[in-house]
Amino acid sequence: MKRILRIRVNGRWREDAAADNTLLIDYLREQLGLTGTKQGCDGGECGACTVLVDGRPRLSCCTFAAAVEGRHVETIESQSQNGRLSPLQQAFHEKLGAQCGFCTPGMIMAAESLLRRNPNPGEAEIREALGGNLCRCTGYVKIIESVQAACPDRLEKTGEPA
Amino acid sequence: MSTRPFKGVGERLPLVDGIEKVTGRAKYTADLFPADALVGKILRSPVPHAELIEVDASEARRLPGVVAVVTGEDCDVPYGILPIAQNEFPLARGKVRYFGEPVAAVAAVDEQTAERALKLIRLHVRELPIIENAAQARAPGAVLLHDNKAGNIEREVHNEFGNAAEGFAAAHLIREQTYHTAEVTHAQMEPHAAMASYDPSRDHLTLHTVSMVPYYVHLRVAQCLGLDTSRVRVIKPYVGGGFGSRVETLNFEIIVSLLARAAGGTVRMQLTREESILTHRGRPESDTRMKLGMTRDGRITACECEVVQRGGAYGGYGIITILYAGALINGLYDVPAVKYDGYRVYSNTPPCGAMRGHGTVNTRIAFESLMTSMAIELGLDPIEVRRRNLLPCPTETINGLRVESYGLPECLDKVEAASGWRERRGRMPKWKGLGMACSHFVSGSAKPVHFTGQPHATVVLKLDFDGGITILTGAADVGQGCTTIVAQVVVEVLGVDWRRVRVISNDSAVTPKDNGSYSSRVTFMVGNACLDAAQKLKQTLVEAAARRLEVAPERVECLGEAFQVAGDPSRSIGFGDATAEALVNTGTLHFKGTFTCPVEFQGGKHRGGAVGSTMGFSYAAQAVEVSVDPDTGRISVDKVWAALDCGFAINPLSVEGQVQGAVWMGMGQGLCEQTRYENGKHAAANFLDYAFPTIAESPPIDVFIVESIDPNGPFGAKEASEGPLSGFPAALADAVREATGLELHDFPLTPERIAEAMEAREREQRAAQRKTGKAAKQPATEGAA
Repeated sequence: MKRILRIRVNGRWREDAAADNTLLIDYLREQLGLTGTKQGCDGGECGACTVLVDGRPRLSCCTFAAAVEGRHVETIESQSQNGRLSPLQQAFHEKLGAQCGFCTPGMIMAAESLLRRNPNPGEAEIREALGGNLCRCTGYVKIIESVQAACPDRLEKTGEPA
Repeated sequence: MSTRPFKGVGERLPLVDGIEKVTGRAKYTADLFPADALVGKILRSPVPHAELIEVDASEARRLPGVVAVVTGEDCDVPYGILPIAQNEFPLARGKVRYFGEPVAAVAAVDEQTAERALKLIRLHVRELPIIENAAQARAPGAVLLHDNKAGNIEREVHNEFGNAAEGFAAAHLIREQTYHTAEVTHAQMEPHAAMASYDPSRDHLTLHTVSMVPYYVHLRVAQCLGLDTSRVRVIKPYVGGGFGSRVETLNFEIIVSLLARAAGGTVRMQLTREESILTHRGRPESDTRMKLGMTRDGRITACECEVVQRGGAYGGYGIITILYAGALINGLYDVPAVKYDGYRVYSNTPPCGAMRGHGTVNTRIAFESLMTSMAIELGLDPIEVRRRNLLPCPTETINGLRVESYGLPECLDKVEAASGWRERRGRMPKWKGLGMACSHFVSGSAKPVHFTGQPHATVVLKLDFDGGITILTGAADVGQGCTTIVAQVVVEVLGVDWRRVRVISNDSAVTPKDNGSYSSRVTFMVGNACLDAAQKLKQTLVEAAARRLEVAPERVECLGEAFQVAGDPSRSIGFGDATAEALVNTGTLHFKGTFTCPVEFQGGKHRGGAVGSTMGFSYAAQAVEVSVDPDTGRISVDKVWAALDCGFAINPLSVEGQVQGAVWMGMGQGLCEQTRYENGKHAAANFLDYAFPTIAESPPIDVFIVESIDPNGPFGAKEASEGPLSGFPAALADAVREATGLELHDFPLTPERIAEAMEAREREQRAAQRKTGKAAKQPATEGAA
């Protein structure tokens, strides 16, 4: 049975028909065409599908679309504003935090959530926050450098205190 | 007009396709959703070994919403990467030989219908005994996987270069040890996916797939479908990693094509993680018996090596893998005699194939481990022993491999200094250790798998009315960054603004054929082809500018975005005007660049001698610092220093990323990665059971780039992404030896193995104590001994 779900996706309220058992990842990718969110495993093992729900990281492959009704879902597509890369995107690009790019959207969203909670995290905090996001290309070294590099720019943009 | 040429190489540039990746705009195969696409699903064998008596799909065919069903009956053409060893069908025929082997497939209007249809297909099988490991496979009377392969041996290799017996006779110390290395798999983050569209009115197939070598896929799909190759088009979208898993044509690529033709339309196929791991083609479980002879001062006199690889159910790349395992014993050090015996064995497990460091890794683990053990026994420093075994350069090894650049000595110096080796090795605090090892890899196989007589690489540069330069290449970027490298080479030669250049890659209808992303060939070979094409383009523009400026071409100076009369800045024209002049009377210009490895680089004359041959080896040394938890046996890798001789770093940022990724993948193999089978069924086909290091347990990896400037590489460049992997496990074991006093030969070095070895040692010590009645001392670390 499908019913109409009211969900705020990347800042815009939407009303879409979805079955009760429609996964959030399928709703985003197949119904909305937001294919930036990736599926890398068979459920909850790799973090590639990480999106933010009301600012907190959430695995969209283990979440029903119906479970986020009335809430704000943010995907990688929300990160750049008017075509301008976000500080995290800029840093992942410039520091080579992305090689094949498949884990990158989930990695950036998990990092974004961290930086909203803690705008200036130490290395240990970055490692902890990204512990559920697997990458097979980088050895993670440049991912950590990317998150660290994004902090000052992000602080400048958001005006959040250090 | 004052302008300076833009820099292309030697700069820390981000990937030219990086913006697409960080914004999520990059379209991978599974991101393509045509509205009319059917969903394709594969039925896989539930048993590891059986006669396939009947596949009854009649009920599935009747299910509403099912558009096509294919079984082994629909394709009787075998395929396989090596033209001489094709013994696999896309859908099993007659027998199934591993758990998860495809037996049938359906295309339906949606996923649920496709899954329901799979459940309606009935398999009638008669189970056969299972061969789970190489020993079972080689046992007398063992059931044969392939009737024409006696003893379940796919290929034996026996060769000797130099005189090993004489070498051992001259040795002061001879040691022999068998090293066991578990099977590992690529686990690239993107699960396999493909989409095929068949146009019945034109008998034409278009396939989007995750391949590292779309050219092979093109050939094999055409072969299996009986289509003329001109009626097949293969497109590679963005690809989420490969590491070798996608250098062969894979069964699902042919199956989705068979389904599309049967359905007369478009079929999308997205494999699960479990299916992707079952598709495998990874590094085989290996037993490597290594024997080395050494003089008192640490010179290697001879090497004898026997390798047994459990290759899985089909041939795949097996012959090449078992040849590589012997060939690259050479090329790193000066080893005067090598006797090699290799056995590639069939088993009822998913087929193995090429994985980063193809064939060379497990042999390197054994060689480096034993070399260090013997150095210690002789009271010599492991780094010093390596210095005593350096190759002269240039040279040709005893098995016909050419070495024309050799930065290993400098790699050793860098790692020694950065890790504080001299001050710290042997003096580490309790339960901590510092270890090292070296490694190398080819920059492209000098003889391609499919020998055609064509150049090793071909690219085309298009220059048109808009002044844009389009690089057309078949080189497959799977995340390693080759699209960026080809653009850098072109920008460097022409000196043009980056925004003038774009890369179009991997559409067989548009881009020239490329041999693909395997054996780390792209930077070296495609880079050289780009160099060739860009030089031709530049020459044409210089001549055109000369006509406009009314001077001889020799007097025209190319400044990238402008051309001027040398020494006279007042007489110049811009790139656009030079292009307009160049196009007069000819129109759109195409410049083809090619690269061919001369025959003298293509290896020795012996059988299999082409394997391992290359124009340039990368060289790597690394030091690894660990802590070992004495209670749990858990190793924590605290720090890695890795030096790589990549000839010349066209993109130092990218080289660092490749080295870190390679070292880290070696760490996974050394620490924890292994597949597991229970009664022939894969027991680790997910990311919880097939665990690789997360960000939490991954160390800082400092990279030191050594530039030996290879005489044949583009700007002196060689490969950077495979060589650094294989040193890690041996360096890890060396560090663990210092931390624990244990000498370990079974990889990965899991906590269980280490805890078990520590317990065994304690038992021995207690027994010895009882015997002598004396108090045994705490185990001494190697350095203190």
